[in-house]
Formats: sequence, structure tokens, C-alpha cells
Amino acid sequence: MGEQLLQLLFTGLTLGSIYSIIALTLVTTFNVTGILNLAQGEFVVIGALLAVSLQGTGMPMIAVFIVSVILVAILGGLLERLTINRARGASSLSMLIITIGLSISLRGLALLIWGTDTYSLPAFSKGGSLLMGGAALNPQSIWIFALVAVTLAGLYGFFEHTFWGKVVKASVYNQTGARLQGINLNTISFLAFVAAGGLGAAAGVSIGPITMVTYDMGFMLGVKGFVAAAIGGLSNVGGAVIGGILLGILESFSSGLISSGLKDAISMIILLGVLLFRPQGIIGAIRERKI
Amino acid sequence: MNLKSHKGLILLLLLLIIPLMVESNYLYGTLVIIGLYAIIVQGLGILMGYAGQVSFGHAAFFGLGGYTAAILTTRFHWPTLLALLASAILPGIIAGLIGRQTLKLRELYLALATLSFGILVHIFFNEGGELTGGPSGMSGIPNLSIGSFEFDSDQKFYILVWFILLMLLIGIYNLVHSRTGRALCSIRESEYAAENAGIDCARLKLQAFIFSALLAGLAGGLYAFYVTFISPSPFSFHTSVQFVLMAVIGGLGTFWGPVIGAAVVVALNELLREIVPLLIPGAGGEYQIIIYGVILVGLMIFQPKGLSSIGQFFRLPLKKEPTTEVKNRG
Amino acid sequence: MKKTTTVLKGKLWIALLLVLSLMISACSPTKEAEVKSATGNEPYKIGAVLDISGNSSSLGVPERDTLLMMVEKLNASGGIKGHPIDLTIMDNKSDETEGVLAVKTLIEKGTLAILGASSSGTSMAMIKTVQSEKVPMISMAAASSIVEPTSERQWVYKTAQSDIVMISKIISYLKKNNLNKIAFLYMNNSYGDNGKKAITAAVKDSGINIVAEEKFDANDKDMTPQLTKVKTSGAQVAIVWAIPPSASILTKNFKDVGLAIPLIHSHGVGNQKFIELAQGAADGVILPIGKLSVARQIPDNDPQKKVLESYIADYSKKYNAEPNSFGGYAWDAFNLLVNALEKAGPDRVAIRDELEKTQGFVGISGVFNMTSQDHNGLKEDSAVLVQVEQGKWKLIE
Repeated sequence: MGEQLLQLLFTGLTLGSIYSIIALTLVTTFNVTGILNLAQGEFVVIGALLAVSLQGTGMPMIAVFIVSVILVAILGGLLERLTINRARGASSLSMLIITIGLSISLRGLALLIWGTDTYSLPAFSKGGSLLMGGAALNPQSIWIFALVAVTLAGLYGFFEHTFWGKVVKASVYNQTGARLQGINLNTISFLAFVAAGGLGAAAGVSIGPITMVTYDMGFMLGVKGFVAAAIGGLSNVGGAVIGGILLGILESFSSGLISSGLKDAISMIILLGVLLFRPQGIIGAIRERKI
Repeated sequence: MNLKSHKGLILLLLLLIIPLMVESNYLYGTLVIIGLYAIIVQGLGILMGYAGQVSFGHAAFFGLGGYTAAILTTRFHWPTLLALLASAILPGIIAGLIGRQTLKLRELYLALATLSFGILVHIFFNEGGELTGGPSGMSGIPNLSIGSFEFDSDQKFYILVWFILLMLLIGIYNLVHSRTGRALCSIRESEYAAENAGIDCARLKLQAFIFSALLAGLAGGLYAFYVTFISPSPFSFHTSVQFVLMAVIGGLGTFWGPVIGAAVVVALNELLREIVPLLIPGAGGEYQIIIYGVILVGLMIFQPKGLSSIGQFFRLPLKKEPTTEVKNRG
Repeated sequence: MKKTTTVLKGKLWIALLLVLSLMISACSPTKEAEVKSATGNEPYKIGAVLDISGNSSSLGVPERDTLLMMVEKLNASGGIKGHPIDLTIMDNKSDETEGVLAVKTLIEKGTLAILGASSSGTSMAMIKTVQSEKVPMISMAAASSIVEPTSERQWVYKTAQSDIVMISKIISYLKKNNLNKIAFLYMNNSYGDNGKKAITAAVKDSGINIVAEEKFDANDKDMTPQLTKVKTSGAQVAIVWAIPPSASILTKNFKDVGLAIPLIHSHGVGNQKFIELAQGAADGVILPIGKLSVARQIPDNDPQKKVLESYIADYSKKYNAEPNSFGGYAWDAFNLLVNALEKAGPDRVAIRDELEKTQGFVGISGVFNMTSQDHNGLKEDSAVLVQVEQGKWKLIE
């Protein structure tokens, strides 16, 4: 029994790592631009698919990782200029629908270029699962957590200790004041989407080895990331990460102990509970700061 | 004012006669689907456009209506007309039960809550086992019949659905011009102000929510009787998003928005499916998906108020910028 | 009132545009008479509704590719008695409602028969239309409810083997190897659900017990929670009803948790992708499948051998890849129809009758023998048992 529980925990952590990294990118974009980017899942998928193609040419994985990140970052920035920027001043519902439209188009593009096949990506390190205490842990999830940690550290460092980070923080807390100081909000929005694209690709290349890559997996990933972010409280990145881990563990344990058919139902019920009784999220109340 | 919208309804009636002359089952079928979606989006439109509440889970009510009709007729052998009524009422009851708590949430959180409700209901359809037929669904739903008259052809269904829709449009027109309608609008503009003016916002929002669920359920029941087969797949989150898209594309808070939105989305789909294989033989949905997404984005950028504001045929009395009539009235 | 006239124009435009576009989509509604009087070298119109994009695209794409290839080949050799085939393929995007509208368009264009759809749900949704319009339909999906009850399916046929056929092959294997405690894991969709129904029915009164039953989603990324339950259940063999990628992920997890019992899959994994995605974990997996994947290994005197090898050769040449069983279902549907067309000519009723009379038709999925009570026509001998050995399929039987 103990062994079974440990295995469920490890699986939960693996799933959780995937959800965390997506939730993290969603929340960052949301907090910086006020836009909930429903196309985030597609950034992840396109990053992963690009990696599949690049890897097929024999490039070493490190190069594949970097090139994918750069390409999708450019894509993110391009899309922001073409669409979000043009629609500045529209209602948040309109913005949301623009991101939905983008996600639809990107999915179609992915289908066009890569077709309906499922592809696999090599794990970052060789060797199979690590056996610990009778349960197996996928080493790729350790890599994903490493990426999450690095991103969190990077974000913290950026916002606390760099000039530009402070500029962004200022514009988040008080848009008008920031404008008066001469801060260009358009540039910030642009950079936020560049970052969203790049982070999304990084996430895609990292989770690809576990999940396999199909052109339409972006949607489910986006929804799960969204749910994870909400559980953790949409207002801060640390919460998003913890929300992701909690969601993963919740799913794993419901699957293993109760019923796999109902595992999504349980996550949804938890989400509803959080929304109705504690909308700041489980973490939100502890730390009010957004970034 | 009265003359304008009556003109619109008369125009619609004239347009509706055209398919009866063409006698194409495909046209009937497409119009049935447009009509059903328009019914759902009308309800959603009242909720979103007037009461200002967003719902990303309306496919759940659509599905609940469909499954109610299917289960009552195939498992319990209810008469079809009664089952159709039940298919509208049951979702309404469920909306009433969950509405009070959920509608206390604002915007994004409401969207999330309706999203999770939608997913929960979808899971229920999938896991329903013997009751719902599980993922394989249920077939053998009987044709809808009133007395000895059976709705067994595309043409009869077309007339039925659009008759219901016309009645609905007239009803909504009256609603919008009544005190209740104005009260709903004021909630959208500012809930605080409305509350202070003595309007029971919570009750009105709940009523709007129940009304929209009722309509979606009715459309679901009609859908079940039309296809005579039902499964969980048409009632997913994707569909809920489609409904919101239709409402926004048509134009929120406008009278004709829902019908136009539903018609544009379905017609666009059909058109793309027809044209794309001609340009690129053997091509599948990829291009359709891309073009659909691009059009959606373009629309939101250049015409965020929705398509129905191109004509500005029918201005709601209380929109954000005051119209000349209101200004003149003082 | 100037405002009204400009305003009226705007609304009118949109409305007219919509109805017009719909009517263009409907093209010219052809009535029955036109269809019957095809003479000379008039093309035979057939339609296909496939799940080319969306959830079931892995089924629809090889089917589309096979159909395009077959039509090209047939028309190059003169068509059917001089009549070329005019095939219209429509993508229902794995959506039931779109499928219904697609089939209505095709019927209105005067197609003689409909091939489709790729999956059970989308096929089921079209049935009411083809039955009321009296148009023959050949589905490439597996659910037995597509062709049953026969009293309500006069116009509907299917080419994919029923799950019952595959299950009985597995049961024979279990009995031969004295395995009577099984764990059954299945996808939480129509495919998996039908597998579960079939196996539950098959093991009744057979001495075999299902000691563990677990489900998983098509999108699930990790099935170890379900597998841990299997580990503690005492099952002697695990049977899985799924398609890639989840089938491959499960197979990888199976190896990871160290389960030492035999692993049997369904015909849903009968393509090379499954093995590739499992990244080495698929070795040892046993499954029932149509003879296509092991065509080179079946004896020369098997009636299907020639047909299989020629399909593999044509497909590989045109698409640079091996065909899989889904493409095979399309091959069977198309050729069954061509066979019926040759005998019946451009008449929907006659085509339906000829399809029902089909006997001894050698196809990819098996040898078809249709009757009025059996619109699938395949029995247990259409499947064989194979095992994955060093990343390749090996016939064991």
C-alpha cells in the first residue's frame, strides 16, 4: 500500500510539473498585461513541434531547445503586434476572444505543417525511470521542475533587482501613473508576449518527452494550466506553480484511489469550491503581491 | 421604433419562405442547426448582453436538454411532446439551483465557474453508464410528434424550429422594452447603480440565467429529436466557446445579434467546407480552421461590437453612448 | 427617413449574403431522376465523409489517402465499364453535427452512395439521414450499433471488424494459456467502451474473471495510477483497449512500474506509430489484428495474400509509408462499392441490394460475406494474433 501511495505521489509530481510550467506562463502574462492568453497552450505545442522537426535534422538537443524558444518568442511578439496591439482598448471579453481566435488559427497552422501524427521527443537525460522506494519517477519531471525553478528565480530576479523589472511592476500596479512617467505600455505588452512565447516553447520541449506531441494537445494543456492557476490564485506566480503541483497530485490520487473516470470531475469540484468559497485561491491570501 | 423591428421581422419571414421554394434538404438541415443555435444564443445573449454575465458552460444546458429528451423517450417511454417540455424545464431547474451562488462571482471567476460546471456535466454524460449510454451515446430516439402529426422530415423540422425562434424573438422584443428589460440593461451598465435604484439584481440575474438555461435545454431536446442519436461529444467546452463566439460576433446586447452570429458561424463553416476542397483537392479542415480563426481575430479587431452593428438597425435604448432619441427626450 | 433606407440596406445585405452562400453550398439540388438516367460515360458520383481533422484524424487521414489513391488507379484504367468515378471527400472535423450536414450536401449533389464516417459517433449521427433518404452508406467504424438492429439499418454497412471478433481471438489465447484472472484497461470513449462491453459479455460463464477494470482519458499523460491498482489485483494478464498515443504511454508506464504479466492490446494499436511512441516498451505485446500488418508472413495460399501485398505496394509507392488497418477499412469500403456498382449501375436501391448479396469478397480486413442480417460480413477468421518482436510485427497463431 505504501509503495502504491508513493507511486501515486511520483506520478502526481510528474503531472504537476507539466501543469505548473503552463500555469506559470499564463499567470505571468495575465498579471503583466491583464490579458488571459488562451493561446498559451498553442505556444507550448508549436514549440514542441518545432523541436521535433529541428531534432530530426540532427541538431543537438541544447541547440534545439534554444532555437525553438527563440522562434516561438518571435512568433509571440509578432502576434502581439498584429492583433493585441491593434485592438488596444477593447473590452476584456473581446481580448479573450482574440486569444481564442489566435489559438484556433495556430492549431490549424500546426495541423497544416505537422499533420495529425503523434511525435516523440527525446528526454533530456538518458536512462529510464528512477526507482526509489519501490516506485518509479520519471527523470524528465526533475528537469521540468528545474526549469520551473530557474524561471521563478529569473522572474524574481528580474522584477526585484533590475530597472526594467521595476518599470514593469510599476505599470502593473498603476497604469496611469506609469504612463505619466513616460513608460510605454505598448512595449511592455509586446515584451510580455515575447516572453510568453519563449517560455511556452521551453515548456513544450520539456514536457514533450513525457506527453508525446500532437497538434491538438494545446487546448487541454491550456485548460489544465488555467485550472491550476485558478486553484493557486491567479494573482501570483508562486501560487500558479503550487496550484499546478496540487492539481497533478489531486488527479493522480483520485485516479488511483477512487476512479479514473471521475478524476477530472474531482478537480472541477475542487475548483468550484475554491471559486465559491475562496476566490483568491489557496495561496492568494497569504501573499497579496502579484508578481 | 416599433416600425423598425417589425420591418425586420417581416423581412425575416420573407427570407424564411425562400428555402420552402428551393426544397433542399441540405438547406433545411443547415437552417435547423442555425435556428437551434440561435435559440441558445438568444438566451445566452440575454445573460451576457443585457445582464452582463458571461457563461462558458452553456453547452451543458444544451446537452442536459438533449439527454433529458433522449432518456425520457427511450428509457421511460414518455410521449415526445412531454419529453420536449421536460428538456427545457430540467436545465432551468438546475440553473436555478446552482445560479444563486455562482452568480455572486464576478467576470473571470464566473467564467471559470461556468467552465467547470460545463466540464462536470460533460463528464456526467460520459460516465453515466446505463442511463446516458456512456461515451457511445444513445440511438433510436423516436421522432417528435404532436398527436398523430410526426416531425419526420427536414422540412417539417425547419418550420418548427423557426416558428419557435420567431415566437421567441417577439417575446424577447417585448421583454427588452419592458421594465424588466430596462432593469437588466442597468445591471450591465453598473450593478451598484442598479442596486441603489432599488432593483433586486441577484434575483434578476438568476432569472436571466434560468431563462438562458431553459432555452438551451429546449434547443437540446429539439436537437435530440432531429438527429435521433445523442452522444457526449457535441456538448463539450468547445461548443460552449462556440456559443459565446456566436453571441459576440453577432453583437452583444443587440436584438438581431444572436441570429446573425449563429447564421454567420454555421454558414462560414459550410462555405469553407465546400470551397476549400475545390481549391486544394483532398484538403481537410486545416485551412478551414486557420481561416476561421483569422476571421474571428479580424472581426474582434475591426468590428468588436459585432456584425449586427454594421446596419445599426435596432438600437437598444440604453447602450453606452446615448442615442439621439434619449438625448432628445431629455 | 434616409436613415432607415441605408440601415435597411445594411441588414438586407448581410441576410441576402447568408442565404446566398448557403444556397451556393447546396449547389444544384439533384433529384432522383437525374441520378438514374446516367448513360454513356457519365461519371459515377460517390461521396465520402471522413474525420480528417479533430479527434479521430488518425483514422480519417489514412482513409482519405487510400480513397484518393484507389480512385486515381481506377480512373486511370477506365473506371467502371467506362464510367469514371467522381469522388467528393468532406471533412466532418470529427464533429457529429457537421457530419450530418456534410452527408446532406453530398446526397443533394446526387451521390450514389456515401463512404463514412471514420469513427462510431460520427457514423451513428448520419444514419437517420441515409435511412430516410434511402442512400447506401458504408462506414469504416467499429461499433456494432452502426449496423444493428438490422431492421433499422437496411441502408447501412460497415467494413471494420466488430470488437466481438477480436475479443474472441483473445479469449482463445487466454484459454490456451490458462489465464483466467484478467485486468482490463480501456480508453474512456466510444472505442474503449465498446471493447469493455464486448469483453464483459464474452467472459460470462467462461471461467475467466475480470479482477481489475480501469479507465483512462485519450489525453492522459500518465497511467501509472491505474497500473498500480492492476499490480495489487492479482491479475495474470492485462488487456488494453486503446489507440496511440495513450496506448503507447500506457505501455511505457507498464514497463516502468515493473509489471511482469503479459500485455495484450486491441487492434487499435495496429500501426507502426504505436511501437515507435512506446520507445522500446512495446516488445512482447500481443494483439489481434487484420492480416495487413503481417501480410508477408501469412501463407501463400491465403486468399487475402495477393490483395494485401498489392495494397501495400501501391500505398508505399505513392505515400512512402506503410498502410495501416484504417486505410484498409477504406480500401474495403471503396471496393465493396465498386463491386456493387459494376453489377447494379447508378441506382441507389440496386447498389444497396448488391451490397447485401456480397459473398466471398476478398478485402484487406478479411473475406466479406454479407447477409440481410449481417451488414458487416466478417468473422473470426478475418483476424490473426501477432506479437511485437524487436520493434516489428510477428505472426503467432
